[in-house]
Amino acid sequence: MKTLRTSLAIGLIVASAAPVRAASAPPPPGAASCSGCHAATSQAIPNIYGRDADATRSTLLAFRNGSMPATVMTRIAKGFSEDEIGSIAAWLATQK
Amino acid sequence: MTQKNHTSRREFLRAAAAATASLALASPSLAQSPARVVVIGGGFGGASCARALRQLDPSLDVTLVTADRQYVACPFSNEVIAGDRAIEAQQFTYEKIAAGGIKLVTQMAQTIDPQARTIGLADGSTLRYDRLVLSPGIDLRFDALPGYDEAAASRMPHAWKAGEQTLLLRRQLEAMDDGGVVAIVVPANPFRCPPGPYERASLIAHYLKTRKPRSKLIILDSKDAFSKQRLFQAAWQELYPGLIEWVALSQGGKVTSVDPASNTLVTDFATHQVQVANVIPPQRAGRIAEIAGVTDKSGWCPINPVSLESTQVPNIHVIGDACIAGAMPKSAFSANAQAKTCASAIVALLAGAAPTPPKLINTCYSLVAPDYGISIAGVYQPRNGLFADIEGAGGTSPLDAPRDVRAREAIYARSWFETIGAEVFG
Ligand SMILES: Cc1cc2nc3c(=O)[nH]c(=O)nc-3n(C[C@H](O)[C@H](O)[C@H](O)COP(=O)(O)OP(=O)(O)OC[C@H]3O[C@@H](n4cnc5c(N)ncnc54)[C@H](O)[C@@H]3O)c2cc1C
Repeated sequence: MKTLRTSLAIGLIVASAAPVRAASAPPPPGAASCSGCHAATSQAIPNIYGRDADATRSTLLAFRNGSMPATVMTRIAKGFSEDEIGSIAAWLATQK
Repeated sequence: MTQKNHTSRREFLRAAAAATASLALASPSLAQSPARVVVIGGGFGGASCARALRQLDPSLDVTLVTADRQYVACPFSNEVIAGDRAIEAQQFTYEKIAAGGIKLVTQMAQTIDPQARTIGLADGSTLRYDRLVLSPGIDLRFDALPGYDEAAASRMPHAWKAGEQTLLLRRQLEAMDDGGVVAIVVPANPFRCPPGPYERASLIAHYLKTRKPRSKLIILDSKDAFSKQRLFQAAWQELYPGLIEWVALSQGGKVTSVDPASNTLVTDFATHQVQVANVIPPQRAGRIAEIAGVTDKSGWCPINPVSLESTQVPNIHVIGDACIAGAMPKSAFSANAQAKTCASAIVALLAGAAPTPPKLINTCYSLVAPDYGISIAGVYQPRNGLFADIEGAGGTSPLDAPRDVRAREAIYARSWFETIGAEVFG
């Protein structure tokens, strides 16, 4: 939660210095990469945008600790701390 | 760096204001003209970056300079070579990008003056920038392998830039008699798409097995190990037993010269006369990077991994295949992830703020057969001037996965290409 607030604060600093739309608040570290595979329209790979942040967070944490199987996401989630996962989940929830 | 940018930006605004005052017909908007970012190279890196910049800050003046009206994507071009896919599925245009408010310039950038911050275009005109992003991809080194020059490539295709070369290799495979030998010559690291040659070998083997079953494929490699090696080799054993021979560097795999007239490949130990020779030569950053002064002795571009800014020339950022990214492979996925990181950094720098240290992801899928996919993934963060692997994360698909997992990864691979194609060009 602390990290989340910090990253939102950084977002606000950037936003006030340059006209950034709220919808495009700078993504927290790692989150910008998600859209390489995940799209609102994709069929095989799930849409991850605009969902409940807690649900996304617990899915990512389950990938991270191996309790939920996946082909690739288990390997990727291990690269992020709990705080980072919280920030990513919160940011994804604000995206369309 | 930030400080410097701030000053120069102020200087620029002061100069613009002075110009306004001295011009009778000055427009008041000139004094507050938006920051100009020019992106050179409309591939996975450059086109992604141009879009990400406008998304983060719609007031930015973003220009995308790219050589051609059409972009032909390399990912999945190995399926075109194997006859399983139309080249049209690889082709993208820039109309939607231009419709999003990005100025599109379809020309070669020929010169860069980092002091004046100008770019010289092929038609003689000039573009000015506050920040420049280079994503020129690779140039093939036609001076690195004796016998292999640009003319040789029309006999021994590299097919490492997609388009006519892809189709040439496909036609050669179609024209080959059953029982022929196909060779793939692979360079030493670093090169574009580390698993690409082995995916290509797999899909060509699939074509040969189904259409020309008495044929063979030989890989002449300048390395002793390759990406996803154990997965590839296990799958070759299972799907194409006896068809693919991999000759490693230590077994005499390094090709030291070629003769296009006789389709001959020479190593220190043997001379291979083959029916189809796919020669992937050594590579370096696209030429404009050298012109800009951002390449080092290796021919690639050292960068600060937080901002993707060149360590050699201020205000020029290098992304994609051209940059030295440490553990991140030269892939379309990496280029796209770097592009978005670079865009965030540029928006911060233009606002006088320090860019946030990023984390980036890469996932490279390879098809071993049309319904058999494998992957390698990584998560990276800046360390010692490079992108370093985050320990404990990433890695390849499991060696012992059942076939339905391989089938699923093949579906995910196709889905990835559709998604990234739409994100970048759609
Ligand atoms: C066979 C093969 C398979 C591959 N498969 C995959 C895969 O499955 N997954 C994956 O992630 N990656 C894959 N790749 C790698 C991927 O294609 C590259 O990593 C990616 O294209 C790099 O993007 P880039 O923006 O750096 O360069 P490019 O995509 O090459 O774009 C550079 C663009 O800049 C233009 N340009 C260059 N110089 C100038 C100039 N001076 N002025 C104007 N325009 C200029 C070029 O014409 C080109 O359009 C594969 C590559 C190959 C060869």
